[in-house]
Amino acid sequence: MRTAFLQTLEEMASQDERIYFVTGDLGFSVIEPFREKFPRRFLNAGVAEQNMTGVAAGMALSGKIVFTYSIANFPTLRCLEQIRNDGAYHEANLKVVSVGGGFAYGALGSSHHATEDLAVLRAIPGMTVLSPADPLEAEHATRAAATTDGPFYLRLGKAGEQRVHPGPIDFRIGKAIRVREGSDLTVIATGSILKACVEACAALEVDGISARLLSMHTIKPIDAAAIAEAAEQTGAIVTVEEHSVIGGLGSAVAEVLAQHPGRRPPLKILGLPDRFCRDVGGQSYLLKRNRLTAEGIARAAAAVHRDPIDATGVKP
Amino acid sequence: MPASAPHPDAARCREFALHLRRSAIRMVHEARSAHVGGSLSMADLLAALYGSVLKIDPKRPDAPERDRFVLSKGHACAAFYAALAHRGFFPESWLETFYRDGGKLSGHATHKGVPGVEISTGSLGHGLSMSSGMAYAGKSDGADHRVFALLSDGECDEGSTWEAALFAGHHRLDNLIAIVDYNKIQSLGATREVLDLDPFADKWTAFGWAVREIDGHDMDEILSTLYSAPFKPGKPSCVIANTVKGKGVDFMENKLLWHYRNPDAEEYARAIDQLEVGA
Repeated sequence: MRTAFLQTLEEMASQDERIYFVTGDLGFSVIEPFREKFPRRFLNAGVAEQNMTGVAAGMALSGKIVFTYSIANFPTLRCLEQIRNDGAYHEANLKVVSVGGGFAYGALGSSHHATEDLAVLRAIPGMTVLSPADPLEAEHATRAAATTDGPFYLRLGKAGEQRVHPGPIDFRIGKAIRVREGSDLTVIATGSILKACVEACAALEVDGISARLLSMHTIKPIDAAAIAEAAEQTGAIVTVEEHSVIGGLGSAVAEVLAQHPGRRPPLKILGLPDRFCRDVGGQSYLLKRNRLTAEGIARAAAAVHRDPIDATGVKP
Repeated sequence: MPASAPHPDAARCREFALHLRRSAIRMVHEARSAHVGGSLSMADLLAALYGSVLKIDPKRPDAPERDRFVLSKGHACAAFYAALAHRGFFPESWLETFYRDGGKLSGHATHKGVPGVEISTGSLGHGLSMSSGMAYAGKSDGADHRVFALLSDGECDEGSTWEAALFAGHHRLDNLIAIVDYNKIQSLGATREVLDLDPFADKWTAFGWAVREIDGHDMDEILSTLYSAPFKPGKPSCVIANTVKGKGVDFMENKLLWHYRNPDAEEYARAIDQLEVGA
């Protein structure tokens, strides 16, 4: 995803002189091509994320489209007020990019786990929040951020994610991508966990459960229509995110469902519990510890389908 | 330091400063708001900028070639709004809506719907970074305009201020001029007692800035200093303006109380009396 982002940004920068790339001293061995191609529009702001974001907002208010880049929580939580006041309040073309959403930097410890970013960033007025699932979505998301006015947050995986979508996709901000059809329940995923959801849905099918799968690459504005459709047409909704169960995709879906005037099917929010990770290990190990694997997701979804009261505590 | 030579704009700017002080006190009094002390300490600096130094056109507040002014100490916006109104960025009548329900001007500098306010501030430690970004963009474009940022001393406690200072020095932003309203009183006490900034000029120098320390109430010195920026090619300029909190009203001068207190009718009348031209 990181590679897809950087390649797309290079391509966009060659078409649009206003695009600047500002890094918080991170990106060794991957950001060099941009720097060599566009030295005037490359800036290493140093290990100073508050200033990086304020500077980027100031540049954006001078007519630039500025991407700030760092990893995990550094370009977001560390400089949250600069994103809010300097970027969002001024409706600036500030595009905040974090590489390493969720447990991508798992073994580096809790400081490097970006597991509340979606909740925090989507609460800021005017922010568009994108969380692409694979390199193809990342490419489209980068293009969308570069060509759409206003502040954006782009949450990327790290590197080496496989492509999930086999063919071309219709990527539009605020429009979920239907990855597969299904009638018994709907799985809604965001970010690179989509791959595990594809496998989970295939396993469910073997067990005779027909699961629809949506890739919710835009957390804000959330695709309320796709959620309403899932509520009307399928028996349950299961959200899956590599993020706290508080405030992220599951919460955004719940906000829509709770106010949906029609049928409200049971909802199960799969994600990370409200506590810091106590385990040491890489991304797939930590996901496994949190049952966010294809098997774990399939099991949870099957349980909701079989016995929604037991699985969600909510009567259908 | 020898006295500065008389500047041709000084007399007019001094009168403008009196007007700003009167306006700020009236606005704060009528709105029952606060932060008058910091408006008064920076009034002479603002008067020099908006009365003479800044290349701005109130009819074209978004003109690309304009000088940028950032009031980083957004809480002292009363005098700032008064300066903008006086220059014709918006009607003087808007000043009566300061701080009011349904008004145009909120209690910290806000750009939304207010022509002439470059950026919104109010949380300390943001202005110098944003100003640095504007200056960096200006350099990148080969533009001639300058960026002036007016900071409080209190916000020099903020780490982000020093991140920006390091950045501007490193990038040789000589189109950036930071002015610190060094009135030496912050929210809960004397800067020396809260977090001592001294040796203040040495800090800016060490961060790569060209620094001048001036009397922030001597109009000739303010004008000659601001007109001589950049002080050194290739370096951002820092003006440490030694000022008096509450300057111009004897019972407000150097009093922490007037960071917060709102003048009552009697105090308002006494204050205005002291701020008449030739008083």
